[in-house]
Amino acid sequence: MFGLANPDRFLRFTRPLTPVLWAAAAGLLALATWLAFAAPEDYQQGDTVRIMFVHVPAASLGLAAYGALGVSSFFALVFRHALADAAARAAALPGAAFTGLALVTGSLWGKPMWGAWWAWGDARLMSVLILFLFYLGYMALRASIDDEQKAARAAAVLGLVGLINLPIVKFSVDWWNTLHQPASLIRQGGPSMPAEFLTPLLTMMAAYGLFFLAVWLTAIRTEIVRRRVLAIRARRALEA
Amino acid sequence: MMLDLDMGRYAAFVWPAWGITAVVLAGLAGRALLAARRWWRELKRLESAAAEGDRA
Repeated sequence: MFGLANPDRFLRFTRPLTPVLWAAAAGLLALATWLAFAAPEDYQQGDTVRIMFVHVPAASLGLAAYGALGVSSFFALVFRHALADAAARAAALPGAAFTGLALVTGSLWGKPMWGAWWAWGDARLMSVLILFLFYLGYMALRASIDDEQKAARAAAVLGLVGLINLPIVKFSVDWWNTLHQPASLIRQGGPSMPAEFLTPLLTMMAAYGLFFLAVWLTAIRTEIVRRRVLAIRARRALEA
Repeated sequence: MMLDLDMGRYAAFVWPAWGITAVVLAGLAGRALLAARRWWRELKRLESAAAEGDRA
């Protein structure tokens, strides 16, 4: 496993894996979409329940991607490992996109169910908004410092600090009274959802997970190659 | 199982949620794959130029 920390070995290992992940993600996304529209209406929420199938996986992946960013940042900061830094950087954009999607789709679900697009006093909504801002801050910090090593260290510190927000997002619905419903998947006693909704939801979550892995691995591989290109260009500039 | 595509009075909320999701996922995939192609091509170009330089 640690052998994969070598960029060459990582590129060799992930070369056949990446297209398999893309194909599996596409297939599972199609299946999950079909299951989502084959599911019956909810007796209370009507057809808005179908927003859940894109909202919940987006929120879960937004959290998971930040976990990947934070852990990678830790290894980049402590061991100064280039691959860990590439992994952290590569997780930022898809993580921000998933978190942004969770906010937008949540708003589209909130309006017909709560009568409001947004609630500033809601702990879950605010903690997810803060997560989104951490992603934006991470990417802005990296882009604002020309020296890539300094940018990587500063962003890794920010990435680590943002980890504090993850349990707040997860447990906000238990710690505070919020408009947002409590956890219905990962909870004591198991999921509180009927199988007709649980099956498409879990399928979509698996599809999002594979999709994130495909985007992430492709972006890490690209980042390794980008750094090689920049190194070759810098060497040539010195020789010229 | 039959597909239910009639979202009734909630169509204005359900379809935009799915539409935005489709656009964002397609954008993420497209960006990742195009960037990969661009940088791999550039690496190969530089490496072949270096190999030609060595031969010369």
